[in-house]
Amino acid sequence: MSLTRQLNYQFMKEFGAPALMALKNLKKHKPRPVSPTFGPPLKANKRLKEILSRHYFLARYVPGVKKVAWVTSGAPVELLRAFDIYTIYPENHSALVGAKKQGADFCSIAENDGFSQDLCSYARIDLGHMLSGKTPAGKLPKPDLLFCSNNICQTVLYWYKAIAHELNIPLIHFDAPFVAVEQSEADVRYMAQQLQDMIPVLEQITGRIFNLKNFEVILKRSQESSQTWGAILDSMQAKPAPMTIFDAFGHLAPVVSLRGLPVAQDYYHILQDEVEERVKLGIGAITDERYRLIWDNIAVWYQVRFLATFFAERKMNFVTATYTNAWAETTGFLDVKDPWTSMAKTYGQIILNNNLKHRLELMKKMIRNFSVDGMVMHSTRSCKPYSVGQFDLRKALSADLGLPAVIIDADIADERVWSEQQIQTRLEAFCETLEDTPHV
Amino acid sequence: MSNQYFAGVDVGSLSTDVVIIDENGNSLAETVLPTGINGSEAAEKAFDLALGQVDLTREQIAAITSTGYGRGSVKFATGKTTEISCHGVGAHQLFPKTGTVIDIGGQDSKVIQVDERGRMLDFTMNDKCAAGTGRFLEVMADRLELGLSELSDPSHVQGETVQISSTCTVFAESEVISLLANHTPREKIVNGLQRSIVNRIWSMVTSIGIQGEVTLTGGVANNQGLVIVLEEKLGQKLNVPENPQTVGALGAAHIAKRGFYK
Repeated sequence: MSLTRQLNYQFMKEFGAPALMALKNLKKHKPRPVSPTFGPPLKANKRLKEILSRHYFLARYVPGVKKVAWVTSGAPVELLRAFDIYTIYPENHSALVGAKKQGADFCSIAENDGFSQDLCSYARIDLGHMLSGKTPAGKLPKPDLLFCSNNICQTVLYWYKAIAHELNIPLIHFDAPFVAVEQSEADVRYMAQQLQDMIPVLEQITGRIFNLKNFEVILKRSQESSQTWGAILDSMQAKPAPMTIFDAFGHLAPVVSLRGLPVAQDYYHILQDEVEERVKLGIGAITDERYRLIWDNIAVWYQVRFLATFFAERKMNFVTATYTNAWAETTGFLDVKDPWTSMAKTYGQIILNNNLKHRLELMKKMIRNFSVDGMVMHSTRSCKPYSVGQFDLRKALSADLGLPAVIIDADIADERVWSEQQIQTRLEAFCETLEDTPHV
Repeated sequence: MSNQYFAGVDVGSLSTDVVIIDENGNSLAETVLPTGINGSEAAEKAFDLALGQVDLTREQIAAITSTGYGRGSVKFATGKTTEISCHGVGAHQLFPKTGTVIDIGGQDSKVIQVDERGRMLDFTMNDKCAAGTGRFLEVMADRLELGLSELSDPSHVQGETVQISSTCTVFAESEVISLLANHTPREKIVNGLQRSIVNRIWSMVTSIGIQGEVTLTGGVANNQGLVIVLEEKLGQKLNVPENPQTVGALGAAHIAKRGFYK
C-alpha cells in the first residue's frame, strides 16, 4: 500500500467527497412542482443520493489502499467487512445502468463477445462493463477478488467465473444448498464450515488478521440495518402508505450494498423517522390511495417512473413486494453469540433459495398484513429462479384468496424487452378487473 | 322522450369497427374499415359511416366508448376501456351463457374468463409475438398466394397435414417457403398452419382454463378451418358470432350505455 494513495484516499474521504456533495447540492435548487397524484417526496431521497454517489466516487481512490471485491446481493458480506474490503455490487450497478436506460448498450457489448441474449441482463451489463470499462458511475475499481453465493441463482457462479477467468483473480463462492422442504442441520453445518474456511483465505488476500470482536460489531450493525429496513417496509401497512414500493426500490440500495457499514445503519434511522412521521400525519405516497397492490420480482428499472405514475393516476399504490422484503425476511436468524450457524440460517433461507410453498405462505401473509387488493407479477427471463413458479403462485393465490392478478413479461435492465402497448393493455385490463369491471 | 343511442369504436391493428346500439341494447349499425396508417381518421370515417346507416347525427349519441390499440386516439369518445373487457361484454351480449372468450385479433390473441354478467374475471394474452394472431394468417396467405377465404376453406383441415414447428411468424414463413420448394401441396401446408395457430392458442387456453360455453371473437373467427380444428381440440362446439370482428365494438357500446345510466 503506497503512502501517497493512502493519503489521497483519506483526503478524498474527508474533503473531496463532502465538497463534491456540497457542489451537487448547490446545483439543483429547482423546487419540484406539487404533483396532483403523488404526495410530497421523501426528504431522505437527498441523503440516499449522497450516500450512493459518495460510495461510487470514493471507489475511484480505493485501489492500492483497500482490497476491492465484487459481491453478489445475497452473499454474506459481513465477512468481507471484517477485513475492511471495499465492496462493489455489480447487480446494483447494473440496476443503475438499467435505470438510466443504457442497459441495451451494455448488454450488446457482452452479446458481441459471445454471451447469450438469454443470459441475465445484470450479468450481461456487468460483463459489458468489464469488457469496455464503460459506466455511468464515473469509474469503477477493478476487483482484487470476487465473492458470490448461489443463494440467489446459479447464474452468478458462472458469471463470476467468467470475470475471474478474464481478470485472473480469486473467486470465493459460498454454496447455499436449496431449501427444498426444510433447511437440514447438515446443510447449516456445511455452510457454517464454509464461512470459517474463508477466514484464512481472506487473511491471505488482505494481509489482515481476523478479529472476532470486530466481526461481531459488524454483524450486529448489519442485523440492525436489516431490521430497521423491515420496520420501514412494515410502515407501509398504514393507510395511506407513507411510501410506494417504487420509492422502496431506490431506498433498498444501502441495505443491499452497504450492509454492515455505519452509513447504512444511520441512513435507515433517518428514513424510519421520516416514514413514521408521515404515518402519524397521515401523509400518503399518493394523494388518493384507493387500492393496494403487491409487486412480485425485481423492479423493471427503466420503467419505474412509468409504472409509478400509471398506477398512482388510477389511485393504486404498491404497498409491498417480495423483492424489497428479501433483505429483511431472514435477518432475525442472525445471532452474534453464534455467528457461523446463524449466518448459515440467514443466508441459506432467503426467498430465492427457498421452496415455492414457502413463497406462497409468505405472500399470503404479506397480502393479509398489508391489506392487498391485487397483485402484479413481473416475469423476467433475466431472473429465472424468481420467475419460475409465478404461474402456479398466481393460480394458488387466486384460488385461496380470490386475488386479482396480472403477469407482465419484461426485463429488469434490458429495455429492449419492454413492449409498451402490450404491457399497457394488460395493466389497464387488470385495473378494470379491480375497479368493478364495466359490465352490463 | 326521444331514444338514447350509444356507440362503441374499436380501433384495432388491422381494422376499425363501430357499433351503434339503442337504449334497449339492440344493435342498429355496424361498420368495419381498415385502420390503415391513421387510426384517428379511420375512427372518424367508420363512425360517420355507421351514423349514416341509421340517419343519426353525432349529437344524438349519448355516450361513446373507444377500445382497441388506438383507443387513445379517438377524439370524440367519452370513455375508453381495454378490448379485453369489451370482448367479454360483447360475447356475453351475443351468447349469455359464455364463460370463456377466445379472441383472435390482428396482432394479439387472448383468452378471457367472464362471469354470468359478462364481467371479466381473468385473462391471458399472447406474449410479444404475433404467432397465433390474424397477422400470422395474413402473412401465410400472402406467401401461399391464397385469399383469406381460400385459406379458411374447411376442406383443407380434413386431409393430410404437415408439421409447422416454429412459433415465430417470420421463421414459420421460412418453413412454408421450404415446404413449397419441396412441392408440398398447398392444402397440406394450410392444414399445418391452422393446427400451428391453434396449438399456440391452446397453451393460453390451458393456462387459464375453460369454463362454460366458449365464444370465439375477432376477425379470425371467420376462418372456418380454424374453427373446426379448435373445436376438435376443445371437444365442444364454439359460439361463433355472425360478425365476430365487431364484438369488441359491440361490447364497447354496451359499456358506454352502462356508464351513461350509472
